[in-house]
Amino acid sequence: MPITKQPTCPQNGEGVFPYLTAAAAALILLLTGSILLVVLWGAWPAWQAFGPAFLTTSIWDPVQNLYGSTPAVFGTLITSLLALALAGPLGIGTAIFLSELAPPWLKKPASFTVELLAAVPSVVFGLWGLFVLAPWFRVGPGQFLENNLGFLPLFQGPSLGIGVLTASLVLAMMILPTITAISREVIRAVPQELREAMFALGSTRWEMIAKVVLPTSKVGITGALLLGLGRSFGEAIAVTMVIGNANIIPSSLLAPAQTIASLIVNEFPEAFDLQLSALLLLGLLLFIITLAVNMMAIWLVHRTTMEIPNSREKRHGKKRTLRRFFSNGQ
Amino acid sequence: MASKKLRKTTGYLLEFACLLAALLVMLALCLILYYIFRRGIAAVNIPFLTSLPTPVGEPGGGIGNALIGSAIMVGLGSLLAIPFGISAAIYLDQNPKSKLATATRFANRVLTGVPSLIIGLFVFTVLVLRTGNYSALAGSIALAVMMIPIITLSAEEMLRLVPNSLREASLALGASKKQTVLMLILPAATGGLVVGIMLAVALAAGQTAPVLLTALTSRFWLENLNQSSASLPVLIYTYASSPFPDWQEQAWGAALVLVTTILILNVTAQLFIVARNRRL
Repeated sequence: MPITKQPTCPQNGEGVFPYLTAAAAALILLLTGSILLVVLWGAWPAWQAFGPAFLTTSIWDPVQNLYGSTPAVFGTLITSLLALALAGPLGIGTAIFLSELAPPWLKKPASFTVELLAAVPSVVFGLWGLFVLAPWFRVGPGQFLENNLGFLPLFQGPSLGIGVLTASLVLAMMILPTITAISREVIRAVPQELREAMFALGSTRWEMIAKVVLPTSKVGITGALLLGLGRSFGEAIAVTMVIGNANIIPSSLLAPAQTIASLIVNEFPEAFDLQLSALLLLGLLLFIITLAVNMMAIWLVHRTTMEIPNSREKRHGKKRTLRRFFSNGQ
Repeated sequence: MASKKLRKTTGYLLEFACLLAALLVMLALCLILYYIFRRGIAAVNIPFLTSLPTPVGEPGGGIGNALIGSAIMVGLGSLLAIPFGISAAIYLDQNPKSKLATATRFANRVLTGVPSLIIGLFVFTVLVLRTGNYSALAGSIALAVMMIPIITLSAEEMLRLVPNSLREASLALGASKKQTVLMLILPAATGGLVVGIMLAVALAAGQTAPVLLTALTSRFWLENLNQSSASLPVLIYTYASSPFPDWQEQAWGAALVLVTTILILNVTAQLFIVARNRRL
């Protein structure tokens, strides 16, 4: 019997489907590119007006249309670095506890609890920081610093509750889950054989951690710290609520200040023309700093989890650590 | 070499320090949840959830319009982001090594690291500045831009988990690639996709800065998508920053509602993951 009709070739049944999915992928590329271009385009007038002086002057005066970024950049750097100094040791300690010390039944629920902290919205941290942390800080640690260390330039002036140190505390709480989760994943990637070898040599558990686990995961933990730093650079609302929004370089850690993000949040709704452009230029600056820090962090974490000889990640043949982190939306 | 006793004691001390660090982190979470619950519960009741805000000093007043505004913006944002993100993930899964896939993965990773504030600036410049008014639509788009990279990343991983043997079996039976994706891979990965979507929704629901810059806020019901809209996070922000005690009280109430929603989404997603891991 002659074949009258060819069976449908499967490859012909695709229709527009492959093009649609490719278009979606290409649109993500386009979206990312256009975010950068649009901010660049919006910032251009301010760059033309001020040039590199924007980065080195400290006056921010919408009335006279004079804009300089040093107070905001300084505020961003100081609050984020302080937050990192507070959250770094805590986060790494917690990660060690969660991956090496905790009894097996506790590991998962405890890790999940830490990650829940990352789910709390920024504005809620701000609310809590403003009404619970700041009043407590004003009469507690702030007062203590004012009375006992007030002679140091670092802690001069009255303790107001809101200010650089309070903002750093709130930021530290917000980046703790990021640092903990990534450090824990990096530590987990250290091969079990190395740990067993240390025990076989007669080391204590802590010596095993200090001499094998931490050195092996050092680069990845640095990456985790950088990711935390990147997160705190871009943090807007919570910082705006507790930093006091004074657009000057703060004279002490107890004084109010301003960050790039808080300045944008405060002035954006009423800004137009050159002020708007100056805010966008600040945004561009923030974009570039955050991007650089994040890229470096990703590279570092990627390097450890893939380069540790015979690591669990490598055995599974995929970059689980990062993907897990990003798909959690933290 | 130090004596064995000294080595052990040092070890225990430092391990104890790690335990303390972990306890401190847990304490931070507990403190936040405790205060939100204690101060929020006083403000929350049925009229609070359903009525419009009142002017300062007048009793009553609620967050009804902010709830609706948030729901609509997050909902519309998801409607935009979910098909987009999953389609892109299908492309990445089907053509893992193409140039476009590599570039898209990189772009996606960059996008996850872009501060939400910058995404707000972007949508503001493109939409709000052009149309001349803040709108719920612009808010939805900003939230969609936030959700797209998260959904794409998690969906790509979930699709990858579908075993190759299943794909090959389907192709061997004569199904086209499209049929394989739509009738086999997607259904097999549904659970995982839902988890990723829930986490993305939880993240979007809590965003303040991008919504503030695009939808601003409003004291009335949302009547169409071209007007500015209230939302829970922005309401918490404005009320908390106000000098009025009754507004501050309402900010705690709104925070309780927001945090409860977000935690429920996160815990449910986690339970999904646990259940799936047990099944595998």
